[in-house]
Amino acid sequence: MSATIQADPANQAGNRELIAFRVGRQEFCINVMMVREIRGWTAATRLPRSPRYVRGVINLRGAVLPIVDLAIRLGLPASEPTARNVIIVVQIGQQQVGLLVDAVSDILTASNASIQPSPDVTSELVKTFVKGLLPVDGRMISLISLDNALPRELEAA
Amino acid sequence: MEDPMAAIRETFFQECDEQLAELETGLIAMENGTAETETVNAVFRAVHSMKGGAGIFALDALVRFAHVFETALDKVRSGTLAATPAVLGVFLRAADVLADLVHAARENTSVDNARTATMVAEFDKINNDCETPSPAPAKTAPAAGSGLFEAALEEQNSAWEISFTPRAELYAKANETAIILRELRRLGEIDVRLDASCLPELSELDPEGAYLTWHIKLTSDCDEAAIRHVFEFVEDDCVLLITPPEPQGFVPGTVITGDNGFKFEFFPPPEDEEPAPEPEAAVPPPPREAPAAAKNPAVEVMAAKAESAAAVSATIRVDLDRVDRMIDLVGELVINEAMLSQRVLEAGIARASGVAMALEELEHLTREIQDSVMAIRAQPVRSVFQRMPRLVREVAAQTHKQVRLVTEGEGTEVDKTVIERIADPLTHMIRNAIDHGLESTERRIEIGKPAEGTVKLIALHRSGRIVLEVSDDGAGINRARVREKAVENGVIAADAQLSDDEIDNLIFLPGFSTAAKVSDISGRGVGMDVVRQSVAALGGRISITSRPGLGSTFTLSLPLTLAVLDGMVVSAHGHTLIIPLSAIVETLKPRAQDVFPLDHEINVLALRGGYVPMVDIANSLCYSESFIEPEQSVALLVEGEGGVRAVLLVDAIHGQRQVVIKSLEANYRAVPGIGAATVMGDGRVALILDVDAMVRNARSDAGRGAELAVTEAV
Repeated sequence: MSATIQADPANQAGNRELIAFRVGRQEFCINVMMVREIRGWTAATRLPRSPRYVRGVINLRGAVLPIVDLAIRLGLPASEPTARNVIIVVQIGQQQVGLLVDAVSDILTASNASIQPSPDVTSELVKTFVKGLLPVDGRMISLISLDNALPRELEAA
Repeated sequence: MEDPMAAIRETFFQECDEQLAELETGLIAMENGTAETETVNAVFRAVHSMKGGAGIFALDALVRFAHVFETALDKVRSGTLAATPAVLGVFLRAADVLADLVHAARENTSVDNARTATMVAEFDKINNDCETPSPAPAKTAPAAGSGLFEAALEEQNSAWEISFTPRAELYAKANETAIILRELRRLGEIDVRLDASCLPELSELDPEGAYLTWHIKLTSDCDEAAIRHVFEFVEDDCVLLITPPEPQGFVPGTVITGDNGFKFEFFPPPEDEEPAPEPEAAVPPPPREAPAAAKNPAVEVMAAKAESAAAVSATIRVDLDRVDRMIDLVGELVINEAMLSQRVLEAGIARASGVAMALEELEHLTREIQDSVMAIRAQPVRSVFQRMPRLVREVAAQTHKQVRLVTEGEGTEVDKTVIERIADPLTHMIRNAIDHGLESTERRIEIGKPAEGTVKLIALHRSGRIVLEVSDDGAGINRARVREKAVENGVIAADAQLSDDEIDNLIFLPGFSTAAKVSDISGRGVGMDVVRQSVAALGGRISITSRPGLGSTFTLSLPLTLAVLDGMVVSAHGHTLIIPLSAIVETLKPRAQDVFPLDHEINVLALRGGYVPMVDIANSLCYSESFIEPEQSVALLVEGEGGVRAVLLVDAIHGQRQVVIKSLEANYRAVPGIGAATVMGDGRVALILDVDAMVRNARSDAGRGAELAVTEAV
């Protein structure tokens, strides 16, 4: 349920349920236990002085929910979200965060053995987020960790 | 999980706080002569419950003191001790000592034993004073009976015989007989025999049944009331027979006590009297004599219970987080309901249709739910007011002044978060009123005022805010000296023309203390400015009015809740923002000729002879690269912490509304320049501006650079 499962899949035996989603032309997946709900895109209120991948905040039943545009976060081409986009509300530690993705594509069950390590590349983004690769029906789905999805706390000025 | 005992202990201390407050209220009511019979009982119960609870946690010092206190209170309750002002004075001080003991027990710190000992000595004195049968006989007891009882008291020192048969309910209520027996042992030497003759075969035994009887011989010179006390909480759930050592004129089981004032009744000896019967074995079945007598106390006790239940309305303790969550959800419900109404209207459904009518009904309901939920958090200011009498007593003693505290409007309700935070400013204001406001007793007599000064504390609702007033009938503000001091400290120019009101309000400036000598009560000039700041942090305002020779009044105005905020809705470069109303001094339309550049990006606005830095909100929040033309904008003069001012430029003002404050940090992180967020009527999030940060931003170049730096790194 916690992010650590994502971060360290080697420690986990047996099967896991994953939720797969599309961002641009790529597919990613995360542990389904992290997902609180999935909802349609609503216009977000922009936050000043925030990284570009933070789209802003929306109202989730009275709580203020930050929206992370996964495309920008993962270094993919960004596009203006439309009503067809989807927000996956996930729990990361004590916080809830909305992930802006193009569409939810699949729910998969994968054994740890079927998850292949990501190739050793120099890309900082891949190192930070991609924890493994999953071949499914000729597609490649990247298992990602969300530990660094949000910007860190501001340093005390 | 933590120690479950710790949680119970915490609850005990919370209850102690409530009981201490009740104790103090009761005693003050008695002092003012507004006490009813029930007040005395309530006071007694408060001390008694604390003693009982303290016993469970083996807080011996507390138990011992509470016991002494309780004994004296009991004498008042039974009418053997008159509640004279002197006695009540002792009680009030004892309540303070008791509060200290509770506090010490809670914090595990030591207490001033000497003070406790002095108090105990005072109690001994008043207890002794009433030992000699008081001329006025006990109110409730017949005079003859009273005499008999007193006589009997003297002779009691051989063994009491107690037969104690718990019923199943006693155990069901989680009472423990061993603790009761241990409690009994405190009274004297006991000899306990267990009668298990009613115990059935194991196969027939009901595991939750009660089958045991204890016969206890108690060697003690205590009175029956003391023994009854031990059983007080279980009396309804057991068969209890108490046989006095030498039943001179008494018949077993006929001396009864009620919970509300002790009542002694003496029945004539029955015809076939059995002299001092051996403890009746095996109850149930109850002894022959018991039923008639036993029925009577049961009724009495029940009546008393009902009475006390009526006085204390049922309450539950709820975690504040749960209430907050509910408030969030109800707020959301209101927004959703509004959105639904909008959709129905858009769908072209007639206003008179069933759907529209049902929606209207729903709207009423949601509003009502919202009000009730907000009411859950609202609490009377009583809990804060109750702490003040003690403060007044202590400060009065330290300053050698005679002070009477008058409070009004204790029932005024305000949000719990506000309650928690008004105690400090109030404390400071009251200290100030006594220490600086009131003249010394000699001086008061000299100028023909009553020797006793009056400090008045009033709470009331006024236009959606709570107003707290602290007034004294002292000398009022010495304007000449305040002025002198202000000039001396360089706060104002020597030739400045100030109105009386302006001079009075100088005392809220930092580093200002008018007392001729610095006292350890009101501190060293860190006084009213601190109060003003903490009040401002709550979105409140403080002001003073003073009449020379007649006294001063401090008026504190606060929002009813910290969960909502009065805000001005503005827009900057297409973004909706909320600016807290409490920070806004005025709004104006800047003229081009009043704007002067200070450096390449900071402009100042000439305003009534001074220059105030201008902050372009859209630019400063990075909504826009360019700067707004001042004459195209609306300017808001705002005041930040410490009275620092700035002019904020926005595109337009859209009105004023109350908004519910939502934290940004809960799911994200702090955003420089933004204090919090809120949800608007259309369901979108709007940001609430952090005016202090904006003002600081405008003032410091360094701060500006640091806060503008945004990391977009991964």
